[in-house]
Amino acid sequence: MVTSEDYTSEDPIAWCPGCGNFSILKALKKALVDIQQQPHELVIVSGIGQAPKTPHYLRCNCFNGLHGRTLPVATGIKLANHHLTVMALGGDGDGYGEGGNHFIHAMRRNINLTYLVHNNQVYGLTKGQASPTSEYGFVTKTTPRGAISPACNPLLLAIASDCSFVARGFAGEIDHLANLIKEGIGHKGFALIDILQPCVSFNRVNTFKWYSDRIYKIDADCPYDAEDRLNAFKKAQEWGDKIPIGVFYRYQRPTLEEQIPAIADQPLVAQRTHPQRFLELLEAFR
Amino acid sequence: MDISIRIGGEAGQGIQSISSIIAKTFVRHDFYVFINQDFASRIRGGHNFDQVRISTAPVHAVAGKVHILIALDKETLSQDVDCLEETGIMIFDGEEIGFKSENPNHFSIPFARIAAEAGKSKIMINSVATGAAVALMDFDLQPVLDGLQEQFQQKGPETVKNNQKSATAGFEYVQQHLKDKPRFKVPPAKSARQKMLLTGSQAMALGAMASGLKFYSGYPMSPATAIMEFVSTHADQYNIIVEQAEDEIAAINMVIGANFAGARAMTATSGGGFCLMVEALSLAGMTETPAVIIVAQRPGPSTGLPTRTEQADLNFVMHAGHGDFPRAILAPGRPEQAVHLLAKAFNLADKYQTPVIVLGDQHFNDAYFTVDELALESIRIDRGHILTAPDLPSPREYKRYAAGDSGISPRILPGQTRAVVYADSDEHTVEGHITESADVRSQMVRKRMQKLEGLRREIDPPEIYPFDPAGLVLLGWGSTYGAIKEAVDMLNQNKMAAQMIHYSELFPFNPRHVAIAALAKSKIIAVENNFSGQFADFFSHATGLTIDQKILKYDGRPFTSREIVDRIKNEI
Repeated sequence: MVTSEDYTSEDPIAWCPGCGNFSILKALKKALVDIQQQPHELVIVSGIGQAPKTPHYLRCNCFNGLHGRTLPVATGIKLANHHLTVMALGGDGDGYGEGGNHFIHAMRRNINLTYLVHNNQVYGLTKGQASPTSEYGFVTKTTPRGAISPACNPLLLAIASDCSFVARGFAGEIDHLANLIKEGIGHKGFALIDILQPCVSFNRVNTFKWYSDRIYKIDADCPYDAEDRLNAFKKAQEWGDKIPIGVFYRYQRPTLEEQIPAIADQPLVAQRTHPQRFLELLEAFR
Repeated sequence: MDISIRIGGEAGQGIQSISSIIAKTFVRHDFYVFINQDFASRIRGGHNFDQVRISTAPVHAVAGKVHILIALDKETLSQDVDCLEETGIMIFDGEEIGFKSENPNHFSIPFARIAAEAGKSKIMINSVATGAAVALMDFDLQPVLDGLQEQFQQKGPETVKNNQKSATAGFEYVQQHLKDKPRFKVPPAKSARQKMLLTGSQAMALGAMASGLKFYSGYPMSPATAIMEFVSTHADQYNIIVEQAEDEIAAINMVIGANFAGARAMTATSGGGFCLMVEALSLAGMTETPAVIIVAQRPGPSTGLPTRTEQADLNFVMHAGHGDFPRAILAPGRPEQAVHLLAKAFNLADKYQTPVIVLGDQHFNDAYFTVDELALESIRIDRGHILTAPDLPSPREYKRYAAGDSGISPRILPGQTRAVVYADSDEHTVEGHITESADVRSQMVRKRMQKLEGLRREIDPPEIYPFDPAGLVLLGWGSTYGAIKEAVDMLNQNKMAAQMIHYSELFPFNPRHVAIAALAKSKIIAVENNFSGQFADFFSHATGLTIDQKILKYDGRPFTSREIVDRIKNEI
């Protein structure tokens, strides 16, 4: 029986008081306990930023690597041992800026990972510069006249990149977010969960109240067909007065690791090499 | 006997089909063959050549002059005619390329006409030329016919027959029309089929696979791509995963992820791709994750000469990455070393939990070498200190970066015990959590750098040949092995006492590996394929010895032994 206690870390938390990350951590922990995920069979790979500190505040395997490079590391881990539950986690700068190329290709591969992006529309660790998801006109020290490029829409990008599970959560809706994380882990394939997260120190526009006033659950009033890709494109463009959260798009296709014969029987880590077996290759050179 | 044949022509004309049949023929009959591939960065056209050297003694380098030049196009006549020995002979199809020569050594053979008559198609000119070249050497035709049978078997009996008829016709044409034969004395065929012909890339790939490579990720880049292709070809047979990454940054990060999870993983690239990998190189150093990276050098800076050779990335790989962290750098000079050093690279990477770089270059990676054996069965796999569940009665007490005498902390593999592991690119505590502590920081730097001393003890001495001290010492590393060794032989035959010191394990450097006092009395000549003599400076700094002369070459082409000897005579 996995309890919340099994996920308790001794590492003291270094986030600002009131940070949206606290709620995301709570939702993540709840999801992991709910699905009875063993901590030693879980690896969380994170990048650099405030969000990537998250796995230190859980007791589980953690690889806190480079800014933007979470997905390739997570891909390597999953391919080496696909019996592990592998999650990747980072912020909007990490995932949609520095790691943009990896983001597109990890979705294309459909490797079975769950990717949480703590999206606060601003750089926190480096103290308040514009991020790829900062809104047009967002004023920061590096954009004193306001951001002159529009915000990137990660959900549209994901749906276009054949991501097989595309969702958005909100740090203020902990139970809803925990459910999305559970669904994401349960999904066979690459699952993106973009999480709207207020930054209390550097984003005075998109505050907790700003989000709370706009958020609504995608299937609250009428049923929503997440397998309809065109509809998903339409829904993912909603932003402004009303912001939907929930699963936007979901479909099944073979995962990367399912298609690799080398690991059909057992993961790479369980396999032993016998050098003498390679002598047979030498015949071709004679 | 030591004969060289150069086949010149445009890309796409089938230069390699001629060189490979000739090479296979002789290797199977117990000769040593070395093929140097010289090609431009294009798929069709341009000027390319293969130079096949056939000898009764081991050869690891290009010969300066050739005995037979097969010109498949007009360009070859002008570009390559100077490489002919005085008695060397050039064959070409004068009818096709519109060239006439009064020179008795220039021998026109109507390749195209013979191919159309005997082989029913002009495509067969390569087989005609192959047959003609073998006749010039007065060697048996049958092994060539056997080689063609094997090469074209899959295309059906008709193709085999047409190629064999073409080769026979080319062979007979030379026998009937060429006066003063045989031109070259080749010992009679001795069917042995023991020796192997393979490229440096193939040897590296084989060494890695037999050493337990389970995961390869890379992004195609000349001259490293052949490694990825070889591993891919055999991946399903040996349960290896090959993932073509979106860029080199992804490739090395995937390799680090796979190694962290416990699978031996490697990537290969060239200088430009390695530039992109450098941030992750120091990630491997900081998180203490094993990683093996092959850097097959080509001339830079930037895109440089993509299909040519240079040894100018030594300084780069030695210093790449921000911060202090340990690494090892190895550089094979022949295929046997490549196999041995790849095995060593994986063992060192696992044991010391740090990156190991293996340097190749276009010359080494693309050249074909003949070897008597590759002792794959003697490879020993040492995964280093990895704890398993029985080693951890109290899983919560496991500390990833626990200090030890050697700086090496035992690893666990995620999921293989009930403990959890925290690895961090930030400076971290023994538990692996982020820290700002000045004391912990200092301890961690010392712990990591302590591993460098362990690595230093693992490095083997250079190859010294011959053993007796000499007035001249030729110092080199990596792919210049064959040319330097041969140059030393030539110098000794010319009564200039010379010795080779060849390094294939470059870093960390151990100055005790050479007799410094004795060497101080010799004239040390560094031979390197770069502009600045990168290893020479490093060696000089590490040993305190003065490099008396540098013989450097940075035109993108490999050294020949003749060239080294001539430059020693002229410049020194």
